[in-house]
Amino acid sequence: MFLINCPFCGEREQSEFKAGGEAHIIRPKQPSELSDDQWAEYLFMRKNIKGVQFERWNHIHGCRKWFNIVRDTSNDEIKAVYKMGEKPPVG
Amino acid sequence: MTKNLRVKTSKFIDETYRISFKFNGKLYYGFKGDTLASALLANNVHLVGRSFKYHRPRGIMTAGSEEPNAIVQLHNNTSRTEPNVRATEIEIYEGLEASSQNCWPSVSFDIGGINNILSPLLPAGFYYKTFMWPASFWEKYEYFIRKSAGLGKSPTVPDPDIYEHRYIHCDVLVIGAGISGIMAAKTAAKNGLRTLLIEEKSYLGGSTIYQNSDHFKINNQTSGSWLEKEINEIKKIKNLEIKTRTSVAAYHGYNFLLARENLTDHLPIEKKENKTRHRLLKIRAKKVITATGSLERPLIFDNNDRPGILLSSAIKKYADLFGVSCGEKNIFFTNNDSAYETAISLIQKGINVKAIIDNREEIESKLIYEVEKNNVEVYKGYTVTNTFGYRRINKISIMQLSKDGQKVIGSKKELSCDCLGISGGWTPAVHLFTQSGGKLKFREEDQVFIPNTYSSDQLSVGACNGDFTIDLILSNVTKSLKHFFNLKHIEYENTEVLSSFNKSKRNIWLLPSDKILGKTKSFVDYQNDATAKDIKLALREGFKSIEHVKRYTTTGMGTDQGKLGNMHALGIISETAEAKMGELGTTTFRPPYTPLTFGTLVGRNVGEYFDIFRKTPIHEWHVENNAEFENVGQWKRAWYYPKNNEDMHQAVQRESKAARESVGILDASTLGKIDIQGTDASEFLNRVYTNAWSKLNIGKCRYGLMLNEDGMVYDDGVTTRLGENHYIMTTTTGGAANVLSKLEDYLQTEWPELDVYLTSVTDHFATVSVCGPNSKKIITNVIPDLDLSDKSFPHMSFKNAKIGNIHCRVMRISFTGEHSYEINVQANYGRSVWEKCMEAGKDFNITPYGTETMHLLRAEKGFIIVGQDTDATMTPIDLQMDWIVSKKKYDFIGKRSLYRSDTMREDRKQLVGLLTENPNEVLEEGAQIVADINKSPIEMLGHVTSSYFSPNLNKSIALGVVRGGKNMMGKKLIIPMEKKKINVIVTDPVFLDKENKRLNA
Ligand SMILES: [Zn+2]
Repeated sequence: MFLINCPFCGEREQSEFKAGGEAHIIRPKQPSELSDDQWAEYLFMRKNIKGVQFERWNHIHGCRKWFNIVRDTSNDEIKAVYKMGEKPPVG
Repeated sequence: MTKNLRVKTSKFIDETYRISFKFNGKLYYGFKGDTLASALLANNVHLVGRSFKYHRPRGIMTAGSEEPNAIVQLHNNTSRTEPNVRATEIEIYEGLEASSQNCWPSVSFDIGGINNILSPLLPAGFYYKTFMWPASFWEKYEYFIRKSAGLGKSPTVPDPDIYEHRYIHCDVLVIGAGISGIMAAKTAAKNGLRTLLIEEKSYLGGSTIYQNSDHFKINNQTSGSWLEKEINEIKKIKNLEIKTRTSVAAYHGYNFLLARENLTDHLPIEKKENKTRHRLLKIRAKKVITATGSLERPLIFDNNDRPGILLSSAIKKYADLFGVSCGEKNIFFTNNDSAYETAISLIQKGINVKAIIDNREEIESKLIYEVEKNNVEVYKGYTVTNTFGYRRINKISIMQLSKDGQKVIGSKKELSCDCLGISGGWTPAVHLFTQSGGKLKFREEDQVFIPNTYSSDQLSVGACNGDFTIDLILSNVTKSLKHFFNLKHIEYENTEVLSSFNKSKRNIWLLPSDKILGKTKSFVDYQNDATAKDIKLALREGFKSIEHVKRYTTTGMGTDQGKLGNMHALGIISETAEAKMGELGTTTFRPPYTPLTFGTLVGRNVGEYFDIFRKTPIHEWHVENNAEFENVGQWKRAWYYPKNNEDMHQAVQRESKAARESVGILDASTLGKIDIQGTDASEFLNRVYTNAWSKLNIGKCRYGLMLNEDGMVYDDGVTTRLGENHYIMTTTTGGAANVLSKLEDYLQTEWPELDVYLTSVTDHFATVSVCGPNSKKIITNVIPDLDLSDKSFPHMSFKNAKIGNIHCRVMRISFTGEHSYEINVQANYGRSVWEKCMEAGKDFNITPYGTETMHLLRAEKGFIIVGQDTDATMTPIDLQMDWIVSKKKYDFIGKRSLYRSDTMREDRKQLVGLLTENPNEVLEEGAQIVADINKSPIEMLGHVTSSYFSPNLNKSIALGVVRGGKNMMGKKLIIPMEKKKINVIVTDPVFLDKENKRLNA
């Protein structure tokens, strides 16, 4: 169980958080103009990387804020935590 | 035959405190400080169990948690019975009763022993292959396999013991209190760090504490007495907490560990009562030091599993610590100096050592010299080729090894013995280290895996790091502690150490024999009866990966996770497949390191504390009025209120009729309530619901359907506009938390520009729903000032009101199709409002109804319940709710998905009504729906989602989802049941009051 440094509350147990899947997938502004394939790409396609991955997390049993983390899925090392709308601090 | 094999008094055993216990029904005596294993050995009992597959007689083999054979059942047929207890770990107490597992009918005469003779028929993968035989074959075998296999019996009555959980946060956790762990804990604590030292045994000091030999000295004292002083010192340190009888079960990432503290297992039965038995420690440590020591390796040769064959280090421990001799004619078989250490201990105590068989050819060491001086014959360059004796070893045969160690040469010699100590060198106990995500490297010179890279702030020291002798331990542990804690000085720096141990070792994974391999039984995994031959067979049959070989041969899959033999399995694979050990990798060691009881894992979360539950403010009234409850999410909801011995059906029929004929009352407090405020609140609702919200007037309510982005129905509920920028949304009871989370997600991540604030207010309000033709009369009585005329307060509208001084929100909304009102009041007043309504309704037979009646009433009206009539594959169109999907809105969550080719298919499952041909026949929810019963295979068209007998329509009604159901109105379909088939007609899902006349009645 890892510790996550919520950008609003500080370091807390993983059990206070909910994972929200891959980060930086932006909801299309004009969905009706997309083809079925383009919409399916947004809707269903997610990466599942062994290694460094960008993820959304929600401090659901805390401040309820969503934020992003950069996590190495091979050893669960969290390389960075940053707020929604911010650019990832590491690549 | 019972004998007393107790030798010289040991200071670790209290011989003034005699303890009686039973093993397999027979009474024995031991002393305080004994384990079950040491006490049995003192009584000359070696045969303690049978092996899993061949049911071969097996004896005690080790003196620790790695024991594969001496697995017993405690207190059979009582509430405290426990299977799979290692005799080498359980301390004896007055009244202990243990019995052998895995033998039927008894340990001495065992029917399964016939498997031993049939063993050519039981090769690797036997069980897998058995499953592939004709099924009829399996049925015949199953009875016998089940009866004679299986590891122990689980209890059949509730566990009387208490368990608990505790969280611990510390600066440094040290696992293992052997010499390295003591050094580490002292160093950490002396430097002001909050330190926790955990040891699985009942005493501190590991195997050094009973080391009493002039060959191993620290600062001119025997290593044992040096360590004793260290231990006495650390016991006085205030910021050091020491826990014995505590074993670490799991080491997770970020230095989070689970340990089991054993508090009462060693106490007499009467002293166990009303005490916490086990405590699960959840430890978060800033730094972790593993000092878990090492496990002695067995040697792999023909018939290496007989009772009386023990690890050499175990024999030493039984003699030095417990004062017990494992045999009277001892022989050792070794490839390193460890067996000589044991031999010297035995000789010191006057125990006979007959011979030592050593794989090594040209070898000199002080230890060997001392043993030879005592007239023990040492066979250098020899191997044991076979052993004899059924219930106890009585003889071995030995031969000389060829130069390359691959063959035996010369003539065979036989030596009689009653105990054989074996030593194949040492394996670092890296299990916890690898659990934490650490990576190993292979050290060629002595063929061991040792820690290489750490995944968290931690350190491995001592034998688990590959330093097996005290000279290396003192120098290396000192160095690495100094570095780990970043210290200028450390007290162990100038310690003088003497060790006579010669570190040479001749490693042969599978020792040769004069027999061909196919005729030998060289056990690699004792508990699961996997032999060297099985592993070679698996490789021949094409298995290459170590993980596959493991599963096929079951090597390492017992309750001991193959702690003894895994390395040999790897070694044999590596030699046979000509692959490098370091490249093969090891199998994964999964938590728990040693088995945990369910009680420990569950802790206090038993009975009514099993899971948290939520009660409404009106809950106690329901209890007092005989309600039955059902679980909805975490809520306890009143299900129905049986009167005069009614069953559920009778109660629901009565409640349903009362609600339609006069007035019913429902506790709706569990519905999720989300307070929505902000200048963009209307726009927000427009985006999250399928219908339009911007034109909803203040004081009005609207039903909304919420989709997932994939177009599937997610939740529904009524939302009320309280003010210009203020709404209150209701959600389903079970969906409340998820809806809030989903709305927050969109608000924070997709639409941060919207000025909207969400607050969960579910628990802040109690909701009393009054429904039926007389509901208006009740509300008039309870809130006399409120104008309830249809003109002033029409259906789907809201008013603020007061009951006395108490503010409440009244909505005229309906989930039953009846004229009804919902009163929302601050939660603490919930019960009082409920009781006022009950009082006001006395003359109208006001009837409290539960969730079952609510479901029935809404089904009569064809209203869906999200999660019952829908699953995550139903669109609003599938539900025949096209009316609620706005065509005009540019976008809302899930809109685009409604136009995907798949969601537009005509033959999707669609919600329909179902009427049985026989109006008294009620369908089973979940029953399958078909059209043609003669087709093979029968094509499943859908299933029944809701089904009731409607007292108001006096017939059975049901909702279901049917492929292409929208176009099947009037069509006959079939519900095939186990013993009959039921004919149904597809209808519109609205069964009652299609014109909605009752809403305004
Ligand atoms: Zn937070």
